[in-house]
Amino acid sequence: MQNFIDAYSWINVRFLLQGLWITIVISVASIVISFIVGTLLGIIRYAKIKYFSAIVGFIIDIIRNLPLLLIIFFTYFGLPNIGIKPEIIPAAIMAMSIFESAMVAEIVRSGINSIDKGQTEGALANGLTRWQALRIIVLPQAIKNMTPALVSQFISLVKDTSLATIIVLPELMYHAQIIYGQNTNYIIPMFVALAVLYFIVCYSLSLLADYLHRHLA
Amino acid sequence: MKRLWHLLGLGTLLAAMLLTLSACGQSVAKQDVLARDEQSKQITWGGKSDTRLFGLENIRTGKLEGFEIDLAKAMTKKILGPNGKCVFVPVTSGTRVPLLKNGNIDAIMATMTITPEREKQVDFTHSYFDAGQSLLVKKGSPIKNIHDLNRPGKVVLGVSGSNSVKNVAKHAPKARVLQLSDYAQAMTALKSKQGDALTTDNGILYGMAAENPGYEVVGGNFTKEPYGIAVNKNQERFRNKLNWALREVERDGTYNRLLLKWFGNVKGFNYQEMKR
Amino acid sequence: MAHLIATQWQPLLMGLWNTILCSIIALIGSMIIGTLFALLEISQTRILRVIGKVYVEVFRNIPLLVITMAFFLIIPMYIAKINGFTAGTIGLTLYTSAFIAETVRAGINSVEGGQLEGALSNGMTYHQAMRYIILPQAFRVVIPPLGNQFINLVKNSSVLAFVAGFDLMYQGNLIANDTLQTIPTYFIVGIMYLIITLPLSYYMRHLEKKLA
Repeated sequence: MQNFIDAYSWINVRFLLQGLWITIVISVASIVISFIVGTLLGIIRYAKIKYFSAIVGFIIDIIRNLPLLLIIFFTYFGLPNIGIKPEIIPAAIMAMSIFESAMVAEIVRSGINSIDKGQTEGALANGLTRWQALRIIVLPQAIKNMTPALVSQFISLVKDTSLATIIVLPELMYHAQIIYGQNTNYIIPMFVALAVLYFIVCYSLSLLADYLHRHLA
Repeated sequence: MKRLWHLLGLGTLLAAMLLTLSACGQSVAKQDVLARDEQSKQITWGGKSDTRLFGLENIRTGKLEGFEIDLAKAMTKKILGPNGKCVFVPVTSGTRVPLLKNGNIDAIMATMTITPEREKQVDFTHSYFDAGQSLLVKKGSPIKNIHDLNRPGKVVLGVSGSNSVKNVAKHAPKARVLQLSDYAQAMTALKSKQGDALTTDNGILYGMAAENPGYEVVGGNFTKEPYGIAVNKNQERFRNKLNWALREVERDGTYNRLLLKWFGNVKGFNYQEMKR
Repeated sequence: MAHLIATQWQPLLMGLWNTILCSIIALIGSMIIGTLFALLEISQTRILRVIGKVYVEVFRNIPLLVITMAFFLIIPMYIAKINGFTAGTIGLTLYTSAFIAETVRAGINSVEGGQLEGALSNGMTYHQAMRYIILPQAFRVVIPPLGNQFINLVKNSSVLAFVAGFDLMYQGNLIANDTLQTIPTYFIVGIMYLIITLPLSYYMRHLEKKLA
């Protein structure tokens, strides 16, 4: 019991919250970027532009089927070789965005495909262009259909930021490790804190999504 | 047939990606690091953030603290003058060399032993700290030295990428080695009884023993581990400058002062022997 | 790179084997536990529903790394000595089971509601109706999403690298640290993951089209 009281001293809690802040910053940035990039990529893939769509699709499949850890390594260790030399936080945002964009693209592609083909044809017959049909008729329905998948993908994103401890990203998990590494009596209190903090963030994200879903749709 | 074309296309794409990656591999090493640093008045060091006495993140301030950190600051001042800035990027044994090679950091000062294998990939300065490998065990453990670990079923904990795990294979080939990502994990794993002993260099182990009263360093040093500052290949000017700065801090007493500051009160550690 | 493969193929293959082994054990385990909790979630008893819901939400909203590290570091202190591979596999099983529970529950819900009542009115018990009528249909619906869960599982098994689980990622880290040939090593490791995941993923897409 004493361990718990000592472990949750203000100094330690503040250190954990600093880590949580980095986790949130990286998550929010990556969610925004990967939602935009992923939707674009998904549409490109759906549009079946000769060669271009196939190449984009192949790259998406490669990224999607690799463990995130490898994407993190390639981004942080590999990108400087082609002239981009990101610091740790931009590097983490880039790695998460690359991986999650590919995942979102796949969700968007199957979301669009799930909309009845007849609707596009009907829209075309009514004089809309292909792009208008996609934008006005298909996408709004598709986005509604794929909201649950997107939300759980973004929750995964928040959780997966913890993997970036391996490149010493100063986020929540890493800060907890620094604390229990300096005093191993704090292992259990730190894991309890980790579980609670991640749970709060992820669960509120899903509650927020529910709220938006109900009030916007 | 269409599928075959598809596959061929994929293969070409993969090969192209591979070529770009490997072709670009050398570009970073060509810049003159010293000239760049002198211009920007800043040296970017790779340092430890989880190693007591050498480089440890202070939970209160968020800053790195330790012997290596202080030494790097002193050397930076020698090289760039009193206004020289010292930037630290926290590294682990696994991330330090890739980060050096890709140019994210200029030099590594992170408990890195000078070994012939590593000298093929990076250049080292003279040694700035002569460590030796030892063992950390729970007080009262039957393990007294490295030979006690040379039995089937014994598990030794280490940090992946460190030289110490390789030495275990030489000195206790029958033991099983578990490699974790950093010292915080390794110490925690020892406490969780995931291994019979934790092995790394004595200086680091004394730091852990000081923080964890139930644990002690045993068996003396069974290897010599001279720590060097690593820089990229073809950076002769930078390396020479670092060697010069190291001699300067040794000459003017800064080195001994830092040694006393960090190791003066460490039980079992003879800092007098290490004076320069 | 050829040199790297020539000298390091043994640890790499051993890592690949451990990754596959861990993924298969975790798949079977999480299918069983996941189905169990899916049944709890739709049970007619309130307390069972709450238990099911809490389990799923807890494991869905905590990072796999936290769960795995907790098993690796905390269980041996108080309960039993488990190695990194076991701790990782248990963590992976529990984590994945929450997702499988959600998938199976959605599958059960998609089976038309009248069927359960029809079966009950034909004299079947609730358990019989579930076992013979609802679950077989539900499983057919959830095969594609389950396939995707398995791909995720293979990728997620790389978390074993954090707990010295001797999987492919762990071996890759060791080789990268040892040879200092970071990018080529991870490139080979990446290809090895793709050998498992890419065909699976294409097969799942094919299956999805066929079933749709």
